[in-house]
Amino acid sequence: MSGKKRRKGDSLPARIGFSLGLPVLLIAIWWLSTVVSPSFFVPTPPELVQTFWETWVGPRFHTDLLPSVVRLAIGIVATIVLGVVLGVLIGSNRALRSLTEPIFEFFRAVPPPVLVPLLILIIGINDQMRIVVIVSGAIWPVLLNTVEGVRSVDSVLTDTGRTYGITGFARLRYLVLPAASPRIMTGVRQCLSISLILMVISEMFGSSSGLGFTIVLFQRSFAVPQMWSGIAVLGLIGIALSLIFQFTERRVLGWYLGQREVQRDQ
Amino acid sequence: MSARLSGPLLGLVGILLFLLIWEAVPRLGIVQERFLPRASTVLGRLVEYLGQQDFWTSVRETMVAWAVGLLISVTAAVVLGLVIGSSEFLRKATRSTIEFLRPIPSVALIPLAVLLYGAKLESSLLLIIYASFWQVLLQVMYGVADVDPVASDTARSYGLGFAARVRYVLWPTVLPYLLTGLRLASAVALILAITAELIIGSPGLGYQIGLNQAGGAVVEMYALIIATGMIGVLINFGVRFMERRVLSWHSSVRGELLA
Repeated sequence: MSGKKRRKGDSLPARIGFSLGLPVLLIAIWWLSTVVSPSFFVPTPPELVQTFWETWVGPRFHTDLLPSVVRLAIGIVATIVLGVVLGVLIGSNRALRSLTEPIFEFFRAVPPPVLVPLLILIIGINDQMRIVVIVSGAIWPVLLNTVEGVRSVDSVLTDTGRTYGITGFARLRYLVLPAASPRIMTGVRQCLSISLILMVISEMFGSSSGLGFTIVLFQRSFAVPQMWSGIAVLGLIGIALSLIFQFTERRVLGWYLGQREVQRDQ
Repeated sequence: MSARLSGPLLGLVGILLFLLIWEAVPRLGIVQERFLPRASTVLGRLVEYLGQQDFWTSVRETMVAWAVGLLISVTAAVVLGLVIGSSEFLRKATRSTIEFLRPIPSVALIPLAVLLYGAKLESSLLLIIYASFWQVLLQVMYGVADVDPVASDTARSYGLGFAARVRYVLWPTVLPYLLTGLRLASAVALILAITAELIIGSPGLGYQIGLNQAGGAVVEMYALIIATGMIGVLINFGVRFMERRVLSWHSSVRGELLA
C-alpha cells in the first residue's frame, strides 16, 4: 500500500487532516441532511450515539454482545488451528494432496451460509451449532492456503534442511511453517470476514439471543436507531478484527514483508 | 509423465472415495438417514431437479442477482479505483474512510435492506454490491500504485496523451489486479446472493433451501446445497479461464504454461 513509497512523509497536522478530513465531511453531510429533511430510516448522529450507548452498554452487553463475540473467537481459533494442522498434514503428502484437492475445491465453492440450515438440522439450535457453522464455513481458505503454502516451500530450503538432518518437529517449526506463513496469513484474512458473516447469520436463524438476533428484532419492531446502532456494533467488530489481524500480520510476517520491500526497491 | 498423470486421476479417486463413504455412512446406520441421506438418493434428486422448470427459475433468479450486483460493483469500483489511485491527494484523503468501511460485514446491512426493499432483488443487490465493491476497489488501487514509474515517465517523454497513457501504461498494469479482485468478488457475490435469499427471502436457490429446511425435506436440501456448490465451482472455473485468456501475455500466466 502507501507504506512502500514512503517519500518525504507528511507532517503530523497534514496526516491528521488527511485521516480525519473525509470522515468529518461525511458526518457533516449526514448530520445536515438528517436535520434539513428528517427521515424515519436515518437517525441523526447524536441520536445514534445516544442510542448506541443506551442499547449496548448495559444488560445487552452481557446477554447478546459478549456471547456472540466469544463464539466468534472460539470459532476463529478452532478454524485456524484445525485448518493449519490439516493443511500441513495434507500439504506434506503428495498423494493425499492430489486425492483431496478436487473435493476440497468443491467444499470451498459451497457458499458457507447454506450450511446454517443443514447444521441446524443435524445439531439443533445451540452454541455448538453456531461454532460448527463458523468452523465448517471458514476453514476452507485456511486449509487450502496452508496446503498450497506447504507445497510450495522453496526446494533449495527443503534440500538444505535435509542435508543438515533437520527433521520432525524442528523441520516443521523452523522450515515448513515459516515458509508457508505468508499463504497461511492470506487464508486467515479471508477466514476472518467469513467467520463474522457466519456468526451473524447463525444467530439470525431461530435464535433468541446474540447480535444477529437482536438486530433483526430491532428491524422487525421498527426500532430504527437501535437497528443502526447494531449495524455500528458489527462494523466495529469487523474493524477490530481487521486491526488485530494487521497487528498480528506485522509481527508474524515482519521478515517477509521486509524482504518483499527490499526486492521491490531493487 | 506418470507422476503428472496421477494428479487428476487421484483427484477423481478422491471424489469417488468421498461419495462411497457418503453412501456407506447412512447405509450402515452410523448416521441416521434423516440427518444424512445416502449419496445416491441426493444425487438422484439433483438429477431430477435438473429436469425441472422451477429449479432453473431459482437458479436464474440467483444468477441474475449475482451478475447484476457484480456488474454494478465492478464498474463503480474500477472507475473510483482509477480516479482515487491516480491521485496522491485522494489516496491519502480516502484511506481512513476506506479502512473504516471495508471491514464492516455486509450482513450487517441485512436489516436495512429488509426495511428499505423487503424480500426483493434490490435487497440482494445491496448486500452483493457492498460486499464485492471493496474487493475490486482495493485491488484496482493496488494496481494503480504498482505502475512502473519508468514506464510512466517514458510514456510521458514520448508525448503520449492522457488517454494513451491510460490505455498503454495504466490499464495493462491494473488488469491483473483487477482480475484478482474480480475473482474474489465473484465468490463473495455468490455467498451474499445466497445469504440474502436464505435470510431475507429474496427469490432464488437460497430461498428454496430455507423452504426445504423449514419443511424438513432433507434430501431436497442436500441436493440444492450441492447445486450451489456446483455453481460456485463453475463461477470459479469461468473467472480463472477468463483470467488466463485476458492475461495470456502476462508473465504469471505465461510462466504457468511453460512449467
